[in-house]
Amino acid sequence: MSQLTDALASNIGAGDGAGTESGQGKAKKPAKPPKVPRGKFSIHLAHYKWLYLLLLPGVLYFAVFRYAPMYGVSIAFKDYVPFLGVNASPWVGFQQFQDFFANPDFGRLLGNTLILAFLSLGIAFPLTIVLALLLNEVRLSILKRTVQTLVYIPHFLSWTIVASLSFLLFALDFGPLFLFINNVLGTDIDFLSDPAWFRPLIVLQDIWKNTGWGTIIFLAALATVDQDQYEAAIIDGAGRFRRVWHITLPGIRSTIIVMLILAIGQMLNTGFEQIYLMTNALNRGVAEVFDTYVYFVGITQGAYSYSTAVGLFKSLVGIVLIFGTNALAKRFNQSGLF
Amino acid sequence: MKIHNTTGGRIFDAANYVFLSLIGIITLLPFVYVFAGSFATEAEITRRAFFVWPEQFSLGAYEYIFSTPAFIRALVTTVLVTVVGTVVQLVLTVTMAYPLAKRNLRGRQLIMSLVVFAMVFSGGMIPTFLLVKDLGLLNSYWALILPAAINPFSLIIIKNFFQELPAELEESAKMDGATEVGILWRILLPLSKPVLATFALFYAVGIWNDFMSPLLYLSDNSKWTLQMYLRQVTASSDLLGTGNVDPNYIPPEQSIKFAVIVVATLPILIFYPFLQKHFAKGMLIGSVKG
Repeated sequence: MSQLTDALASNIGAGDGAGTESGQGKAKKPAKPPKVPRGKFSIHLAHYKWLYLLLLPGVLYFAVFRYAPMYGVSIAFKDYVPFLGVNASPWVGFQQFQDFFANPDFGRLLGNTLILAFLSLGIAFPLTIVLALLLNEVRLSILKRTVQTLVYIPHFLSWTIVASLSFLLFALDFGPLFLFINNVLGTDIDFLSDPAWFRPLIVLQDIWKNTGWGTIIFLAALATVDQDQYEAAIIDGAGRFRRVWHITLPGIRSTIIVMLILAIGQMLNTGFEQIYLMTNALNRGVAEVFDTYVYFVGITQGAYSYSTAVGLFKSLVGIVLIFGTNALAKRFNQSGLF
Repeated sequence: MKIHNTTGGRIFDAANYVFLSLIGIITLLPFVYVFAGSFATEAEITRRAFFVWPEQFSLGAYEYIFSTPAFIRALVTTVLVTVVGTVVQLVLTVTMAYPLAKRNLRGRQLIMSLVVFAMVFSGGMIPTFLLVKDLGLLNSYWALILPAAINPFSLIIIKNFFQELPAELEESAKMDGATEVGILWRILLPLSKPVLATFALFYAVGIWNDFMSPLLYLSDNSKWTLQMYLRQVTASSDLLGTGNVDPNYIPPEQSIKFAVIVVATLPILIFYPFLQKHFAKGMLIGSVKG
């Protein structure tokens, strides 16, 4: 899912940048007349049989691995029995959803998920913009490139590695960060199992892994801000911070809004791998979120229909959130996502 | 553009440079510590709080893990699955992208809409798991490769790239009697080598780093990949209550954990400059045009 946002983000970034111009130029070119008269489909098919043959594996892939699971979502409204299969299992309507909303787990999961989401929106998101702005102010290109090279690296590491590094750095009694923080605070906290430290740890990992990579999209937007405005502002006597406040930030406002809409749409998607890896018996109460709950209830306990309903609820809320924020952004006269 | 440098501006610049350098160093420090620790002795790791260079150089941890059958099996498996998976995923993506780049192919719009819809909505974890199970792919390495075989974004970017290539190339090849497949193989692929190399790397990193698929689909721990092995080795004993870790498993010495992390990280760090060359140029960002 994070790949999705990344790529979607780059898509939107291209819309802000100069990159779109060549694309528009292409579209204006008069379309070539089709080489085959648009008559019978069978003639078309025969003429392009090799192309359709090349297309076949990909289409099969989408049918089997993307669309069949969408059909499988129907078990959220059934009582799935493995040996009956998806089709023959009996319908139960909204029973699974009712069970979920009535379950005491529901409130806890929603709370845990929302707290992590708001921490990410409130801390990691602005930090990304701040880092991009600071990088943008650097005129020493070797320093800029070196810092960029370093801060992009963690994005390419797996959550398993990030979790393992955390286990070592915060290891009880000898981890460097365990010793350092406990020394400063004069405490003896086991960060890895203390429920109070679960969320700070998750946010910290998130910042380390993704802040650097997240700046790419903002740096691309910053590069398109009209340079003449800065010269005019300098002549008018505007200082560094006023230029950032009155020119740079308004210049990348549409990118910030688009990224915010996307981030809000992804709110309930607390990365499964990260949370799963950092969850343990002691911090389970604050750690469990929708994604990990779906895994534990569905895969390890076999409640397939129930967990599919939980997953479906989560995706529907995500879609509502994305359309809701988009409508809100438009209402306040900002350019939305669509 | 000429900037009038005030004293305040210079102080800000200096502070900014120092701050950003610190950020860069802090990002790097965990690697340096783990790398140094993997060559240190067990005694040194427990005695010294933090170090970037071992006092006493030791290859013991590496000797130990490279003589552990479970580790070697996980490493070899992961390398094979990554190589085969990258080839399969890239071939599937390219063969689908090429016909979709043909503007006069019928059904193209419909397929593109279905691809875009699949980016927005997915079946989710459980329906996908049940599908893989029904296909008989549980405990098969294909379960790590096929469910995510075509990344819709990569597909669209490669399709757009093919569309941007000059049409004259294909027309002249057609005049010389080349078939559609021949054009793809002999003309388009050689031209797209850098682009395809980039996507191959992204696919490879995705498979190498994947933890969720082996967790879901490989219950047989003799089939575990490196990420699963790493998880078992580094999870401290109080973390073992979360399932998928053998209860009889005895956590190893610290230096072993350091060495396994290094082995799991190193391939990414080695390929990183190649990855970075492309995304830094803005290739990925600039080439998506919907």
